[in-house]
Amino acid sequence: MTYRVGQRVRVAARPHEGHHRTPGYVKGKTGRIERVHAAFTNPETRAYGEDGLPEQRLYSVGFARGDHLVYVDIFEHWLKEAK
Amino acid sequence: MSHDHDHAPITNGDEPAAAARAHALEELLVEKGVLRREDVREGIDWLVSRTPADGARLVARAWVDPEFKQRLLEDARAAALELGLDPGPSPVLVAVENTAHVHHMVVCTLCSCYPRALLGPPPDWYKSFPYRTRAVSDPRGVLTEFGVELDDDVELHVLDSTADRDPAPAGWQRGADRGRAGRARHPRLDDRRRSARAQASALIFSRARVFAGCR
Repeated sequence: MTYRVGQRVRVAARPHEGHHRTPGYVKGKTGRIERVHAAFTNPETRAYGEDGLPEQRLYSVGFARGDHLVYVDIFEHWLKEAK
Repeated sequence: MSHDHDHAPITNGDEPAAAARAHALEELLVEKGVLRREDVREGIDWLVSRTPADGARLVARAWVDPEFKQRLLEDARAAALELGLDPGPSPVLVAVENTAHVHHMVVCTLCSCYPRALLGPPPDWYKSFPYRTRAVSDPRGVLTEFGVELDDDVELHVLDSTADRDPAPAGWQRGADRGRAGRARHPRLDDRRRSARAQASALIFSRARVFAGCR
């Protein structure tokens, strides 16, 4: 599914062996979709010489962390809608 | 393997281990015909020829041209191209504005993604582990060490630009907007070079100066 700006999402807490671009400090955390970027090939497979298909949409997700907000770019297959 | 003889410690001489690894990798890629030595040299020459001047031009234009500023905030890539600047291969270039109410910091916690085309190579501290970890855990403390004291009512937004994006999403024309002179390139190299540099980029500006990282 495609998320829209303002939606609450939770980042999957799953471990992942090898190259991936979801920082550990947001795994399992809930944030808010702030920007919807385009879809891009998946670096998790592209890093190993594959074609990276299917493309994954990329989002800027905002997380509240203490006295500040952190925006992290996260691919769609790491996100679930937060209840 | 036995090791019963004496000798001086085996080292890389004055060459750091990472440099030795990079040279070994380069040798292998040249040997396999993936890239040419000239490509490596040209890539490095291009990279070190970049300075923050282009980023500063973008921001200065935004100061004097409110409509351009709006376009810069909506699509920094297109705004850079409009001024004839090479925004680099990253398909997503974001400009954010510091105001009296919101202050931004940029970090790449997973490596050191940086808008090199517009700002040149990042300063060493930007790539350091302490900056990359503390920018998301204690950004106000980091700013204080840089001499930036924010009032308590100023929101602090940290942008972790780590996504490692493919440089050619659907609908984005490869090569069409490159600022560098076109020349014959090894197509596979072209892909690889783009991938290597196609990581997230973010540019911060305020009324006073152009920012990258936390200054």
